[in-house]
Amino acid sequence: MSTVLDTLRNAFPGRLLNCEERRGARIYCDAAPEVIVDAARELMDGHRARFITATGTDTRNAVEILYHFSIDGEGAVVSLRVTLPKDRLEVDSLAPLIKAAEWVEREIHEMLGVRFRGHPDPRRLLLADDWPEGSYPLRRDGEGGQS
Amino acid sequence: MGWRRWARTKSPWVFHFSTGSCNNCDIEILDCLTPRFDVERFGIQLVGSIRHADILLVTGSVNRRVAPTIRELYAKAPAPCLVVACGTCACGQHMFKESYHTMDPLDAYVPVSVYIPGCPPKPEAFISGIVKAVHTL
Amino acid sequence: MSERIIAIGPEHPLQEEPECFKLHVEGEKVLSLDIQLGYNHRGVEKLAESKSYDQILFLMERICGICSTSHPFAGVNALENLVGVEVPERAKYIRSILGEMERIHSHLLWLGLAGHFMGYNTLFMWAWKTREIVLDLLERISGNRQNYSMFKVGGVRRDVKDDEIPSYLKELDRLLPALDLFRGAVADDPVVHARTKGIGVLTAEDIRRFGAVGPTARASGVDIDVRRDDPYAAYSMVDWKVVTGTRGDVYDKVMVRILEMYESHAIITQCLRKLPPGEIDARVKEIPAGEGIGRHEAPRGEVMHYVRSDGTNRPARYKVRAPSFMNVATNTKAVVGQTISDATLILAAVDPCYCCSERVSAVERRTGKRLWSGAELVRLSQDATRRLRAKMGFPHEISKDP
Repeated sequence: MSTVLDTLRNAFPGRLLNCEERRGARIYCDAAPEVIVDAARELMDGHRARFITATGTDTRNAVEILYHFSIDGEGAVVSLRVTLPKDRLEVDSLAPLIKAAEWVEREIHEMLGVRFRGHPDPRRLLLADDWPEGSYPLRRDGEGGQS
Repeated sequence: MGWRRWARTKSPWVFHFSTGSCNNCDIEILDCLTPRFDVERFGIQLVGSIRHADILLVTGSVNRRVAPTIRELYAKAPAPCLVVACGTCACGQHMFKESYHTMDPLDAYVPVSVYIPGCPPKPEAFISGIVKAVHTL
Repeated sequence: MSERIIAIGPEHPLQEEPECFKLHVEGEKVLSLDIQLGYNHRGVEKLAESKSYDQILFLMERICGICSTSHPFAGVNALENLVGVEVPERAKYIRSILGEMERIHSHLLWLGLAGHFMGYNTLFMWAWKTREIVLDLLERISGNRQNYSMFKVGGVRRDVKDDEIPSYLKELDRLLPALDLFRGAVADDPVVHARTKGIGVLTAEDIRRFGAVGPTARASGVDIDVRRDDPYAAYSMVDWKVVTGTRGDVYDKVMVRILEMYESHAIITQCLRKLPPGEIDARVKEIPAGEGIGRHEAPRGEVMHYVRSDGTNRPARYKVRAPSFMNVATNTKAVVGQTISDATLILAAVDPCYCCSERVSAVERRTGKRLWSGAELVRLSQDATRRLRAKMGFPHEISKDP
């Protein structure tokens, strides 16, 4: 697995930090929001990675998105962590690059209020049509819950 | 006994509807049709339209998207149509009660005649519950 | 028996969820597909944050009835990845036994449905009758036909009784003639070939784009299987092989599932024969702060769970990625350009976990007018089989809908 770690470290010097491999072949890296699309492309093209999903989490002052990729040949999962400050909850969409990211980003948008720039179809995915706008169920700062 | 009542109790027609379920109850209901349980020998038949149903089998914990359609569906049923709450979700919303996407319990929308708790109830429990419902027709 | 229209949707007994696949058609051809989700959205991830780690697996079991082992399996893998505990050997074997029994009864359920959509209701009845063998075994082992509640962090909740193993093996062997029958019913029937070969094709590149997994991916020759790629439980301790197809059509999706059941049978019987003595529970007392990612190859493909702990007894975040979330989206490609009578089969071929499936209808592209309901689409599919059988000179075998 060190090849994937090294590639990531070398390809994005200073933009991918704290890269570490934890038990069970689980690799985590902090990624600056500006490099997420390029880093994803590097994983998909350079390492035949498969996009699994992305996890959005409200961490009080920020929303963190963990993008999970599988390197099937190695049995590894690479998770790139992007942290978005709450006063600027937006990041470039992966959807133009990875079709599989379309629904995943729609779900994060409706659950956490993140805007994905360039997303081809940013409609809500799961929540009922009459679910109030601006109410994000997975937020913990008063922006969630039912009306 | 009037001929209508005779027809209903001899051959109750059953319509199935999910209000947002994990599907376990729905599969076990369907299992009742298969050779091992074979409810058709009791004259119980699953129909494709509410308009032909004597009994409405409802599963699920009442999802926000589906809730508006429950009363509509019930209104289309020929009277009397008995509602049977199938599974713990339909009886009392189970562990989904506090979810942001779960609405009021089923019996807030339609009158429920028989409650079959279980997660999921076994096919024998479904058959027993439907027979109880039939006896009240 | 009177005629009944069996609809896909709230009216359909064989597709259990309210559905919303909207096919846009022109004449006989499907031009595009809209998918509307959310009819079964119960906010499980949010609910998980209010559950203790003891409770959480009971919630995970109920995400999807037919994957009720799969989600707890990925869940314990994620939590054990976080904690770093080594699960006792005996528990690993028991986990694989349960996972593979689920695979068999899930695939049989699906096979029955596929049979129904094609108009072979006998296949539906036989497949579901055969399922009962597996459900009875699961009830003997766990106490329940569904929702086994067998998984816990660090092991399993109940043991397998060693003196019952010979009886389990005997029951499992009853599956083999049934599997042979199903394989023959598909492989030897030219009408099934005509209905499924070259239909709803997904290429390997399509699979990659959509991130599709499971039999849906393997049917297109994409050789991925979490049990082999990222081994867990007893999967690396017994002999079995990953089944792949080549064409990515409906036929290959059917055959991959049938052949996988033979492999599952082999895994279960080896696990039962090799079941080592010993503990079944590592007795994990607490979940420290940290993150864990766990996966399981469910009947539909890779399930992934991510858990984040802050050191309290409830998760700070619990993410669930079901395989159907990726697989169902492939229908936007698979069904385009196909005929309306094939649409039902193609939509079903990814084995949508019905927690993610929606109502089906077909609308005219130009006007938006609804042309066919789900019920009618199933009937069109069954009629297509009838016409083929007549054309090929077979007797009219198809029984009425159940």
